Amino acid sequence: MIIVSNLHKSFGPKAVLKGVNLKIYDGESLVILGPSGCGKSVLLKHIIGLMKPDSGQVLIDGEDVTMFDQKKMDALRMRMGMLFQSAALFDSLNVEQNVAFGLRRHTRLSNRAIHHIVSEKLEMVGLPGTNYLMPSELSGGMRKRVGLARAIAMEPEIILYDEPTTGLDPIMTSAIDELHLSLKERLGVTSIVVTHDMNSAFRVCDRVALHFGGQIVEIGTREDMINSPNPMVQQFIRGEAQGPMTQL
Amino acid sequence: MNLIRDYAGKFIDSMGRMSILFMQTLYWTFHNLKSGKFDFKNLIEQMSRIGVDSLLMVVITGVSTGAVLVVQIGYQFAQMGAQSYVGGVVSLAMARELAPILTAIVVAGRVGSSIAAEIGTMKITEQIDALETLATNPVDYLVVPRFWGCTIMLFMLTIFTNVVGMIGGSIVAVYQIGLTFTSFVDSILYMLLIQDLMGGLVKASIFGAIIAVIGCYKGFSTVGGAEGVGKSTTDAVVVSIMMILAVNYFLTVGINNFNVAYLQ
Repeated sequence: MIIVSNLHKSFGPKAVLKGVNLKIYDGESLVILGPSGCGKSVLLKHIIGLMKPDSGQVLIDGEDVTMFDQKKMDALRMRMGMLFQSAALFDSLNVEQNVAFGLRRHTRLSNRAIHHIVSEKLEMVGLPGTNYLMPSELSGGMRKRVGLARAIAMEPEIILYDEPTTGLDPIMTSAIDELHLSLKERLGVTSIVVTHDMNSAFRVCDRVALHFGGQIVEIGTREDMINSPNPMVQQFIRGEAQGPMTQL
Repeated sequence: MNLIRDYAGKFIDSMGRMSILFMQTLYWTFHNLKSGKFDFKNLIEQMSRIGVDSLLMVVITGVSTGAVLVVQIGYQFAQMGAQSYVGGVVSLAMARELAPILTAIVVAGRVGSSIAAEIGTMKITEQIDALETLATNPVDYLVVPRFWGCTIMLFMLTIFTNVVGMIGGSIVAVYQIGLTFTSFVDSILYMLLIQDLMGGLVKASIFGAIIAVIGCYKGFSTVGGAEGVGKSTTDAVVVSIMMILAVNYFLTVGINNFNVAYLQ
């Protein structure tokens, strides 16, 4: 289980996280919604240890990752995968080298076994046969899918998705959502998804959290959110320009 | 006054961070050598890239400097009847100062800028974060091979600059000043000592380390978008060249004192 407890983070005078509290249960898919720039990606980066909080804790299986040294953090990261908003593929490496990066550095698998795993993951994300293309030869959607293949190459227990479907066409968005659900079903993966895409969010979520003003203002199942009396939730779900979120 | 204080504060802060990066580089080098995980493949790739990128400019710089030096001093020495010293004086100037400094400046412009641009682009496109999520330390993966690649290749390229400088100088000495090739070479062999060459090469290696650390540091501290990468790239070249010129004085004094104390 992942527990985020009273997490605070500021960049200069701007407070981005103002006491975030969140519980993510093993094997569940939690979707974090919120307007652009409200700190959703910052929250994800705290969970995987890319940022240190000003105060607060991130507990994974009872251990506070904010206090981890490099060795413990690396061991934790081998159990986690992250898909970045911009895919963050390594420009100087081809698709196969990108997907195989973690396997080559942290396992003793043979080249043949690694090639087999890479091809399997690329097939899972709908990009078979692209092993030797360079990132510059890929479209935005393809880059994102290669990023996802890289995130799942080590078969992680926890996957963090930072806007996984932004820039994808509706068919590919559904394919990514199905892949997400199949990973959850097959491997029992715990997922935390940051997205603006309401359709995708409701398709993959077990629970949804609304992040606004540096805090989680509402959390619940899809039905809880749809029926929520909270005007912020209703404004966000309906995508209305006028409402409590835009008045603040 | 506040402006000066701000600049001084930023300068001290940057120097501190660069020193930490340098120490981390040494830590990861020895850690990887000890655990047998040193990435020699990556090092060789960086060495070949640094060498290939800089070779043509180094050849042009070396030949031109050697030739110009002979033109400048050849006629003066001939007037004093000291033309037999031309080769020796040129070789000393090249080996001790000009070859390491000029090679370092060329490499700072060509390679230092490319290191800062590459790492800076990785920083703003979240590739550095991606490395960390793949349980890979960015200093280990990015800085260590560039640091040793620059350090080793500056040593090699400076040998090359010395050789092509002598060749350029000898051609001008023979065809323009009217010296014989033998007297030019004899003069070099008579005046140039191994410690002169080694002193220059040690300096060059240290300049290589400076270029790599500053290029990597500027890359890691990139903020913003394309404009930030451009700024880091320019800063990397400017700061490297200033640092090379400043450090050169202290290295020259140190090497001279060492030669006087132990080799004479």
